[in-house]
Amino acid sequence: MGDGHRYIPASDAEREAMLREIGVARIEDLFASVPDALRLKAPLAIDPALAEQDLWAHLESRSRENRVPASGSQFLGGGAYRHHAPALVDHLIGRTEFYSSYTPYQPEISQGTLQAIFEYQTLICQLTELDISNASMYDGASSLAEAILMAERMARAGRVVVSDRIHPEYLQVCRTHLANLDIAIVPFGAREDGTADPEAARRALRQAKTSALVLQHPNFFGCLEEVEALAAAAREAQAHLIVAVTEPVSLGILKGPGRQGADVVAGEAHSFGVPLSYGGPYLGFLAARQAFLRNLPGRLVGESRDVDGRRGYVLTLSTREQHIRREKATSNICTNEGLCALIAAIFMSVVGKGGLRELAVHNHAKAAYAREALGSVRGCALPYAAPIFNEFTVRLPVPAAAAVERLADRGLVPGIPLSRYFEGMERDLLVCVTEMNARADIDRLADELGRLG
Amino acid sequence: MSKGDGIYPDDLKYTKEHEWLAVQGGIGTVGITHYAQSELGDIVYVEVPAAGSPVVGGEEFGTVESVKAVSEIFAPISGEVLQVNPQLAAHPETINKDPYGEGWLLKIKLADPKELDSLMSAAEYRKYIEEEAN
Repeated sequence: MGDGHRYIPASDAEREAMLREIGVARIEDLFASVPDALRLKAPLAIDPALAEQDLWAHLESRSRENRVPASGSQFLGGGAYRHHAPALVDHLIGRTEFYSSYTPYQPEISQGTLQAIFEYQTLICQLTELDISNASMYDGASSLAEAILMAERMARAGRVVVSDRIHPEYLQVCRTHLANLDIAIVPFGAREDGTADPEAARRALRQAKTSALVLQHPNFFGCLEEVEALAAAAREAQAHLIVAVTEPVSLGILKGPGRQGADVVAGEAHSFGVPLSYGGPYLGFLAARQAFLRNLPGRLVGESRDVDGRRGYVLTLSTREQHIRREKATSNICTNEGLCALIAAIFMSVVGKGGLRELAVHNHAKAAYAREALGSVRGCALPYAAPIFNEFTVRLPVPAAAAVERLADRGLVPGIPLSRYFEGMERDLLVCVTEMNARADIDRLADELGRLG
Repeated sequence: MSKGDGIYPDDLKYTKEHEWLAVQGGIGTVGITHYAQSELGDIVYVEVPAAGSPVVGGEEFGTVESVKAVSEIFAPISGEVLQVNPQLAAHPETINKDPYGEGWLLKIKLADPKELDSLMSAAEYRKYIEEEAN
C-alpha cells in the first residue's frame, strides 16, 4: 500500500496474509460482484491534498462566503428552534461520569448515566402528563413513526388517520417507516382557522377500524389544536390518540397532552439545550400511558434496589429488545440519544418548572407581538385565526421564497417559505419567534417586509 | 393435579413447545409445563388472547415473560377461547408455583377433538424432554 493510507493500521504484510487466508489474489477481487460498468477505472477527479496550513487558509476563505445573520435576526422554526442554553448545561455534560453517549448495559459501572436517563424519563412524563417515557429516540420524526407502530401493535387495524397539519417532513418519515408494512396513512383536513378539523377526523375514523388518530400540537403552521375535541373523536372510534410535539417549550404553558386525552406523545426535545447544528443531533422523545408499557419501543431505565437494599438504576424490560428477542423484538430500536437526553434532563432541572413556564410565556408574548406587527404591515395578511404559541404563518404580497432571498441580503432570515412543502402556498411564510429575538429585531423584520410590496 | 410424579401428569396431552392440555367435555384447559416454567424462571407477565378469540392449533397465540426472556406460547389445539385465568394478571408467578393447577392459562372450546391425536402423551413428552436434554 502506498503512503496514501497512513491512517489505516493494517500493514501490507497483514493485508497479504488476510488475502491469502481467504484465497483472493488482490483486494479488487473482493468487488468482483459489482458489474464492470459500475466500477470506477480511474482515481477520483479531485485536487491533490493540501498542506495543513494551506487547508486552513482555504477553509477560512470559503467560510467568509457564509452569510451568518445575527442570532436575533433569524426567525426560523418549523421543527428546529433557537433557544438559549444555560452555561451550566455544557459544563455538567462534560463531567467524566457521563462520558458514554450510549445507554449502558452494565448497571455496575453506569449508575451516573442510568440515573440521568431515569430522571430524563421522569421529566418527560411530568411534561407530557403521561405515565411512561422511554430513554429517548433519534429524533421527533422517527419517534412519531415508532408511536404509530406502537399503536398498531396494540390495535392491529392496519390504518392510521393523520392530520394534514403535521410537519410534512415528519409525515414523510412516517411514510418511509410504514412503506412496506400493511398500514394505510389516511389524511384528514383542517378548518379555515388553520386547525385540524375534529369533524373531518370523525368522518375519516368512521370509514374503517383505525389504530390511531395523529395530530401535531402546536401544529406545523403554528396553530394550537383543539386537542380535547380531537381526543373525543379518537375515543368514539376506539382509536389511540397520538400527539406530536415539535416544540416542547410550549408545554411550559400548555396543558400536558396526556391530561387532554392523548394516549401517546411523540416529539422532538432538542429545544431543551441541544444546540442547532447542521443536521443534528436531535432528540426524539416518546411517552405513553401505562397500558403501552410492553409495546414501548427502545430502551427503558427503571429504579430498583440492589442486594443491600440501596437504590439503583437498571435497564428494564430488556427481555423485549432486539439483542435478546431478535426478529420478535418490540422494535428495531436498541439505542437512544443518551447525550442529548442528558442535556435535556439537565436543562429541564436547571430551568425548573417555573423557569420553563417563564420561558414559554416569553416565547408566546414575543410571537404574539410579532404576529400583530407583521399582520399590520401593508400587503401582509394572517391566513389563520387560531391561537398560536411561538410560530405563525403570514401571507406576503410577493412569493415568500423570493422575499427570503431578498431579506437574506439585508442580514435577515425571516422564516420558512411554505412553497418548499406545499402547492398553493407560494406567498406564505412560517415565522418563529423565541426568546432569542428582541423587540427591535421584530420591528426591523416588519419594517423590511413592508418594503417588499 | 393427578397421577404421575407431578412433573409429567398422566392425564394430560403435551406439545413440543411445552404446553399442556387437559380435556373435559369438549373443553380444553391449557397451560405451560413444569419444564417450561423452570427453564423460563420467575414469570412476570403473561399475554393471552381475550375470551371469544379464535386460536389455531400449532400457532402462536401469546407470550410468557420471565425475568430472563419472553417466550411465545402455541395453541395445542384449535378452538375458541372461553376463559382466561383471571389470577395471572396480578399473580403471574402462580405459573411457577403450580403450572398444572392454579397456573393454567386459558380454557378453549375445542373445534375438532381429532386434533388431540397429534399431541404427545405424558410418557412421550417425558421421553422428548430426556432426549432434548441429551
